[in-house]
Amino acid sequence: MMRRTMTVPMENSFVWNRRKTLLVWLIIAVTFLTVVCIAGMYCGEAARATDFSQKNLAPCLAHPFGTDWLGRDMFVRTLRGLSISILIGVSAATFSALMAFLLGVSAATLGKTVDGIITWVIDLIMGVPHLLLLILICVAVGKGLKGVIIGVALTHWTSLTRLIRGEVMQLRESQYIKIAKKLGKSQWHIALKHMIPHLLPQFIVGLVLLFPHAILHESSITFLGFGLSSEQPAIGVILSESMKYLVTGNWWLALFPGIMLVLTVAFFYVAGENLRKLIDPSSAHE
Amino acid sequence: MNQFHIRDCVTDMYVAAMRNSKEMKMDKEKSLLEARNITFQYSKDTRMILKDFSLTVSGEERMGLVAPSGFGKTTFCKILAGYEQPDAGEVLLDGIPLSSYKGYCPVQMIWQHPEQSVNPRLRMSEVLAEGDEVEPRIIEGLGIEADWLNRYPAEISGGEMQRFCIARALGKRTRFLLADEISTMLDLITQSQIWHFLIEEVQKRKIGLLTVSHNDELLKQVCTMICNLEENAETPRCS
Amino acid sequence: MSDKQQEHTHMHKVNSTEGGREDALGYDEGGVHEHSHHHGYARNEHIHGHAAADQVENTYPHEHEHGGYDHQHHGHYHNHHSHKRGETILEIKNMNISFTQYSKGFRQIQLPVIKDLNVTICAGEMVAVVGSSGSGKSLLAHGVMGILPYNATMGGEMYYQGEPLTPKRIKKLRGNEIVMVPQSTSYLDPLMKMGPQIKKGRKDEKTAKKLRTIFKRYSLDESVEQQYPFELSGGMTRRALIATAMLDDPKLVVADEPTPGLHMNVAKRTMDHFRELADMGAGVLLITHDLELALEVADRVVVFYAGTTIEEANAEDFAHVENLRHPYTKALWQAIPQNGFTYVDGVQPYVKDMPRGCPFGPRCSYYTEQCSESIPYQRLRNGYVRCCHAK
Repeated sequence: MMRRTMTVPMENSFVWNRRKTLLVWLIIAVTFLTVVCIAGMYCGEAARATDFSQKNLAPCLAHPFGTDWLGRDMFVRTLRGLSISILIGVSAATFSALMAFLLGVSAATLGKTVDGIITWVIDLIMGVPHLLLLILICVAVGKGLKGVIIGVALTHWTSLTRLIRGEVMQLRESQYIKIAKKLGKSQWHIALKHMIPHLLPQFIVGLVLLFPHAILHESSITFLGFGLSSEQPAIGVILSESMKYLVTGNWWLALFPGIMLVLTVAFFYVAGENLRKLIDPSSAHE
Repeated sequence: MNQFHIRDCVTDMYVAAMRNSKEMKMDKEKSLLEARNITFQYSKDTRMILKDFSLTVSGEERMGLVAPSGFGKTTFCKILAGYEQPDAGEVLLDGIPLSSYKGYCPVQMIWQHPEQSVNPRLRMSEVLAEGDEVEPRIIEGLGIEADWLNRYPAEISGGEMQRFCIARALGKRTRFLLADEISTMLDLITQSQIWHFLIEEVQKRKIGLLTVSHNDELLKQVCTMICNLEENAETPRCS
Repeated sequence: MSDKQQEHTHMHKVNSTEGGREDALGYDEGGVHEHSHHHGYARNEHIHGHAAADQVENTYPHEHEHGGYDHQHHGHYHNHHSHKRGETILEIKNMNISFTQYSKGFRQIQLPVIKDLNVTICAGEMVAVVGSSGSGKSLLAHGVMGILPYNATMGGEMYYQGEPLTPKRIKKLRGNEIVMVPQSTSYLDPLMKMGPQIKKGRKDEKTAKKLRTIFKRYSLDESVEQQYPFELSGGMTRRALIATAMLDDPKLVVADEPTPGLHMNVAKRTMDHFRELADMGAGVLLITHDLELALEVADRVVVFYAGTTIEEANAEDFAHVENLRHPYTKALWQAIPQNGFTYVDGVQPYVKDMPRGCPFGPRCSYYTEQCSESIPYQRLRNGYVRCCHAK
């Protein structure tokens, strides 16, 4: 029988560390994005309300972001536009990520022919300049919301698929998976207990990092005129229209929407990067 | 010849018949793991690791396998446990090909590096649960402490992880155990603890044991028979 | 065994003993140490059945080979000269290494993996630090070389050739005077050919010639220079790692588990290379879990348990269990298959479950209340021990 003497605990709880940083950033990011989305949904009318007595006003207390040539309040318009962009970007990216997951797992587990086909498609899509492909798809499907969503969804899955495919292939050769098979465990058990917990963190990080990508692309497409029409004030539309009026000196028409877009994308990106750093074992304990 | 004599004869015959059938039953219970004419190479360009190799292990013996480094001992264990398929030849358990045993494989192998045999994201209790209804007395006998069960593999040392791997392999339906250098990376006291338990356990449950180790003295302490592959690659000389 | 040792004592008595030189730790029996050092070799020779006379020739084992390294030949060329214990090359006092890790939620905790480590290496000797997995011994190599991970902090004192070993100094000496032979072959760059990697990018003729000589000595063909690490076998890669260390005539070699899981004969041959290095004046720090290997090749053995050095003994003390000081060392000795194959219950405690005082306390049959206090590392009979009950 072993004797157990007292143990010596040691803790250091008041130091700032990466996990706390991540939490803070996550809270800020989620709050910002949720507020923008929800507020934007209720601003539909206000975004379209024109008031010709108030046109081309510089930023002031009543109109923090100024007004445009039709007297529409820029702040409300930006908010609405952001929320539309975010919703489109997030839904398209999520769809893309799910596609990536399915294709990645299939490529790794369904044999050489399937793997070959999927890899070939990946190489094909990655070989074409991204924006060009987006434009082509949008034009083919027909411009508008449908075109943008389908375009974004069909072009963002490639790198995530490669990542998942590589991970699953490596996982299948792991000793503990082979041992689990010898211990009589079914494929389902192995997939649920071994593979998914391993893939999930990397998948989520990949997903979060996909959002800013998708949002920016949506804005770009709309800016170029292939996306949403001007009735729906997505950021891209706002920015593209404001281009015509910049010459007249109405700088606020482009600056504020632009900054808001950058902030949105940056928040997503920071959250994703911090998550990745925490998951990566080589920097997990900073 | 009177009736009593006939009765005695009949009784004798009956007793003899019962004894025979019992012996036959015991022979049937005696397991035999057989490797027949195994030929194997990893790919066409690499060397032929095993050529026409045969070996038999019975359920009641503890066999040690000795060969120089790089000979193919681990590869042979992998084939015997069903992790690799031989290019020619077969592995039979009680006369039936090993590949026909679906589900839990009665031939379990314990590997040299426990860190690779365990999923780093699972707690040790889940690792243990993957085994085939491992009895609590095995867990205790191997010195596994209760608060290790909640830990992750990164939080315990190699010696402890190897105990878990051994416990996991000693499930209910295990009939043969292949130990590939399981204590080589462990310290002496842990090695001694683990082997003492294993010897007792395999003796009690009539599990056949095939051990690979480069430590001749250890094999002398543990095994009932030692086979040296070096001299004759096809039929090793055992003593 | 004792009779034969006496026989060899007689044979080696004629060797002159160098005057004892007091070094930093107060070893003033340089002479006695040296004599007992020969004892160790004599014992080794006897185990392998070679008479001392045969080994006087200073040949390298490889010269007897007909190509092909796996040759059953033991080279014992280190026993014929008077072994001089030279200057102190490395001195480590009270080294401690802690890790910062996240525990549940947002808390970070400090895990003191190495609490107190003391070791001294002089020129010409091989010191083995023996500890099981989880004791923290592998961190010692990284600590000396200055390559600890980002979340580790190191304390204590380290002196190299008498001067403190600062991070700046170790960066300068690393790879030249202080080299490490790592355990895993993943330390080699898989995208570089062996030649340029070992020569560390130098292209002058002198280095190239030296490399060729070293390769020849380790039976590595010249073509190995043009190959990539993945094309070599395990044994060749290990020899290549040693060749890398040998290239610059190092003064201190840190070998971190250089022969994992190898047969004793093969491991000994690898260790003979280190022995050769020691004989040329370098100091060798061998870090291993394999006590039997350490006893075969090292001069002194430092036993490491749960983050602390608990005993330092000469290799020949291990011939008789009574000469050992700490109960854990005795338990280790008795667990050797030839020596009884016994065991004591329990396991080495984790960093998080460290008991107060002596880490071996809970498993020790001599445990008293005194053992739960802090125990100093004291001198005892030519060695050191951290135990209240050692005699």
